[in-house]
Parts: sequence; C-alpha cells; structure tokens
Amino acid sequence: MKFNSAWAGFIAVLIAGLVVLFAVPQIVSLFGIVQMTVFVAMAMYALSQGFLWGFGGIMCFGQASFLGLGAYAYAITAINLGDTSWGMLAGVAVPAIFALLLGYFMFYGRISDAYIGVITLTVSVILFQLINSTSGAQYHIGQAELGGFNGIPSVPTLNMPGDVSNVLSPTGIWYVSMALLIIVYALLRLALASRFGRVVVAIRENETRAMLLGYDARLYKLLSFTISAAIAGLAGCIYDNWGGFISPTIFGLAMSAEVIIFVLVGGLGTLIGPILGGVGLQYVMNLAGTQHKVDPNLGLGVVLVAFVLLVPQGVVPVIRDKAMQLFIRRGAKAARIQETSP
Amino acid sequence: MSEIVPLLEARNVTMRFGGVTAVDDVSLVLGEVELRCLIGPNGAGKSTFFKTLTGQLNPTEGRIKLRGQDVTGLLPNQIARLGVGIKTQIPNVFNGLTAYENVLVAAQRGRSAAMAKAMVEKTLARLRLEPVARRQVGQLAHGQRQWVEIATVLAQEPDLILLDEPAAGMTHEEVERTAELIKEINRTQALVVVEHDMQFIRMIAQTVTVFNQGKVLMEDHVDAVLADQRVRDVYIGKAAA
Ligand SMILES: Nc1ncnc2c1ncn2[C@@H]1O[C@H](COP(=O)(O)OP(=O)(O)O)[C@@H](O)[C@H]1O
Ligand SMILES: [Mg+2]
Repeated sequence: MKFNSAWAGFIAVLIAGLVVLFAVPQIVSLFGIVQMTVFVAMAMYALSQGFLWGFGGIMCFGQASFLGLGAYAYAITAINLGDTSWGMLAGVAVPAIFALLLGYFMFYGRISDAYIGVITLTVSVILFQLINSTSGAQYHIGQAELGGFNGIPSVPTLNMPGDVSNVLSPTGIWYVSMALLIIVYALLRLALASRFGRVVVAIRENETRAMLLGYDARLYKLLSFTISAAIAGLAGCIYDNWGGFISPTIFGLAMSAEVIIFVLVGGLGTLIGPILGGVGLQYVMNLAGTQHKVDPNLGLGVVLVAFVLLVPQGVVPVIRDKAMQLFIRRGAKAARIQETSP
Repeated sequence: MSEIVPLLEARNVTMRFGGVTAVDDVSLVLGEVELRCLIGPNGAGKSTFFKTLTGQLNPTEGRIKLRGQDVTGLLPNQIARLGVGIKTQIPNVFNGLTAYENVLVAAQRGRSAAMAKAMVEKTLARLRLEPVARRQVGQLAHGQRQWVEIATVLAQEPDLILLDEPAAGMTHEEVERTAELIKEINRTQALVVVEHDMQFIRMIAQTVTVFNQGKVLMEDHVDAVLADQRVRDVYIGKAAA
C-alpha cells in the first residue's frame, strides 16, 4: 500500500513538473522566465545536497565547491571550444571527478563524519581563495581568462548541440533547465528505489549493520558523493546560463550555507522538499533583494531559525504526513461503511 | 588430503585496548555445521572475540581462518561475503526502515529481484514476523527487533552464524522459540551462541566453551562444564540452578 502511494506521489510530481515546464513560457513574461531559470538552478543545487544529506546521510558543508567547479568548467570549456554542449559535459564531469578524488581520500581514509563536514568546508574556502587570486591576464586556461574576483564575463549561452550559431533564447534555456531538473529528479527517485538506493539508505541508517551484511560502505558513500557533485555541477551550468557571467562568490560560504537551509526548510529525507525549498527561498531572497529594506542573508537566517523552531522536519514531510493521515482516516471510514453495509 | 579443514579456526587471538587485554591468546576450532555455546561472565571478552571474527576489530595478535583461508585483517563486508553472519549484542538494525526492507537489504545481495523477494518472505514467515513486516523497526519491541536482526542474518544464508546474547530481554516463550530456531538452523549451518541463561544453554548446547578474563577457561560437553567447580566459581556461582 505504501509502495503504491509512493509511486502515485512520484507520478504526481512528474506531471506537476511537466505542467510547469510548458505553462511558464505561456503565462510568464520574458523577464519572469529568466528569473525562473535561476530558481531551477537553485532547485537543482538543493536537490544535490538533499540527496547526499537526506539519503546518503553525508553532511557536506562545502557543496558550493561543486556548484562553482561546474559553473567554471562550463564557462572555460564553452569559451575555448565554442560549442556549449562540451561545456555542459565538463560542467558535470569536472566536479564529479573532483568529488571522486576528494571522496576517495575521505571515505577510504575512514575520516569521521564530523571531519567530513570540516574538510568539505575547507575545500570550498580554498577553491574560493584560489580562483579569487587569479586576477591578471597571466591566469588563463586556453582563451578563458579567469579574472580573479571579477570572474568571467560573458559566458556563452547554450547553443543547439553541434550548431554554435543557433544560440538558445531565454525560453529555450528555460525548457532545457526545467527538463533537466525533472530528469534528474526522476533518475534519483529510480536510483533510490533500486538495490543501490536501498543500500545507500541502509548505510545512513546503520553503517555497521550494512557492512556486516556484506556491503562496502566506503564505496557507496563515494558513489553518492560523486553523484551529488555531478548534480551540483549541472546546477552550476544552469546558473551560468541564467547570469551569463560567473565570479568566485559562487564558491563562497554563503552559497554552501544557503543550500543547507534550502534542504532543511524544504524537508530532509525527501527529494521534492529541497526542490521547493530552493525555489521558495530563492524567491524570498530575490524579493528581499529588490526591496532593499532587509539584507537577503539576514532574511534567510530568520527563516531558518523560524523553521527549526516551528517546523523542524521541513515543509514537505509535514504536508505529506497530514495528507497521509487524512487518507488513512478516509480509508478507515470507507472500510467501516463497507463493513456495515451487507 | 586426509586432514579435514575446519570451518573456523582461530589461533592465539589476542585483542588489546591500550592496557586492557580483552581477548587473551584464544584458540577455537569449529567444524562444519557445529553448534557451540560460548559462556563467561560479563567482560570476559566474548563480544570482543566475535568482533575479531567478523572484522569489526583487527586482532592485535593471532590468525583467523575460514575453511583454511586466512581472513585476519579483512573488512567486515569482506568476511560477510565469505559466509559469516552475526547478530550483535547491542542490536544493529536499520531503525528507519520497515522489517521487510531490513531483510530485503540482506537478501538482495547476490540474488535476482524475484529470488530476493522470495527469500524475504520465507525468512519473515520463518521468524513469524509477517504481522510487523511493514512496520518501522525502530518502533518495534526489543524482542521483535532482535528477531528482525536474526532475520537479516539468516536471509544471507551464511555458513557460520554468530549470535551474541540472542535471548537477552526476551520473554520465556520467546526464549523457547529462539532455542527451537537455533536447533533448526543448526541442521544446515554452524553456529556460535553467546548466552547467559543457563536453562537456555541446557536446551541447545552440546559443546560449551567458557571464557574468563579473556582466556578460554575450559571447553567440554555441556554437562561436564556445568558440573565443573571452576566454572561455578567464576561464572555460575549463586545463580546456578
Ligand atoms: N573498544 C574498547 N575499548 C576499550 N576496552 C574495551 C573495548 N571493547 C571492550 N573492551 C573491554 O574488553 C573487555 C571485554 O569486553 P566484552 O568483549 O564486551 O565482554 P563480554 O562480551 O564477554 O561481556 C571488557 O573489560 C571491556 O571493558
Ligand atoms: Mg558481550
């Protein structure tokens, strides 16, 4: 029964996603569509953290490392090769390979959970400092000047694969970004329902038991970490396509902290929660940013404190449980009626 | 050719934690489909010895062999794959998952989806866990959580099963069922059972090994062990029935 309701939820989310995908260009202005693209980038970013933390049980305090590596790898590759399809590929592969190496050192070195938080945080700070100190023409990769704290201006926008002259419009970018979000969500759901996903969650629940049942916890953690980094990198590519420029602030502590808040507010241990948390809070931050009355980060802090105190499980789990209660009560009522009717 | 290779062979195993010697030069040999009881007072080193057998601890000294293969220093997951399953003293289960999912995680390794499902159902039925199959294990009573853990162990079909205090905290009826189950498992698989309950030991035991202060005090038939004055002194004492 639980199995069926879970899959019904999955289908419902997919349908809702498709509706949003096709409805937004019809009803939202061009400016609005561009705005929505950054929401998708943040949703994808939150999904990467939500999968790793909520299902893998791994707390990464420096998720911005992978977002930033993806964004920079996309920009540098696209500038050098022209075709942005290679940029997308690099934007996913570079953070994934980086995570594979870092994760190998952490998980196979039996670093404790607390230190994994510290190490990932430190790595993001190092990357920030590294990229931040690349001012001057001598710092370039191929034709791409890294630009230090000014970043890389005019990052190429997505083109049709193999056709550099055919650059996508903001609406086209919306379709690609939102479709990617739906696909990544669906793939994660399927992965979590597979053998692999069951073991990942089992390790979160009890690593010792999982090992005693013959599973190499280090390998599964490494794979989750790498998958998460690849998704964050994809978010970085979308982010590039929204702004058309990239700077080292993407590696900043604020970016790593924000995504933790997105996940907490949306709901840890769900996939849709981080997505909605990312969209909702980015919206609130944009609003605060345009009002110029409150500092967006201060606003985010207030939201976090309010949620931790009032809705510690996050929005989606609360709604889901309420809906489930309603469903069960209705079901019980229906069953009673059936019993009494001859 | 003529020599029979034992299922488990622990030779001079020692485990030290700083100044504490928890397991002190223990040797233990177990044949195929043998049932062994391990008794001894609290702190005698029984659980620590199990940890060295399953790779949770790397022994300070000594070698451990499974069917002649040296497994000393292997990881728990590697030893599990060689056919060793353990129910630990402090239950190790997946609290946030259902009983069904707990057993499925164990059963899916090396099996097709259909075979895994069949194994889960068979194991749940064997342990009479079907009524709670869809409940979260964290919400079950202590005795039932122990059964779930035993179910995960059985679903792997290990050749050697280690049970660390399987009857602890169980009702009298549950204890009897556990004894029956152990005898049934022993028809096809070897077991080492750590237990304090003397009645329970009498129900199942043939050969008993007695631990005391990290050492093997004696190893003999259950009747001889329970009649031995040294064993009474260190262990049974006033509790002797
Ligand atoms: N990780 C550890 N660090 C230090 N001492 C330990 C550790 N594990 C067990 N011990 C000590 O080893 C001894 C044997 O413990 P244990 O194997 O749990 O005994 P038993 O299972 O027979 O009751 C005890 O004195 C215990 O305090
Ligand atoms: Mg013990």
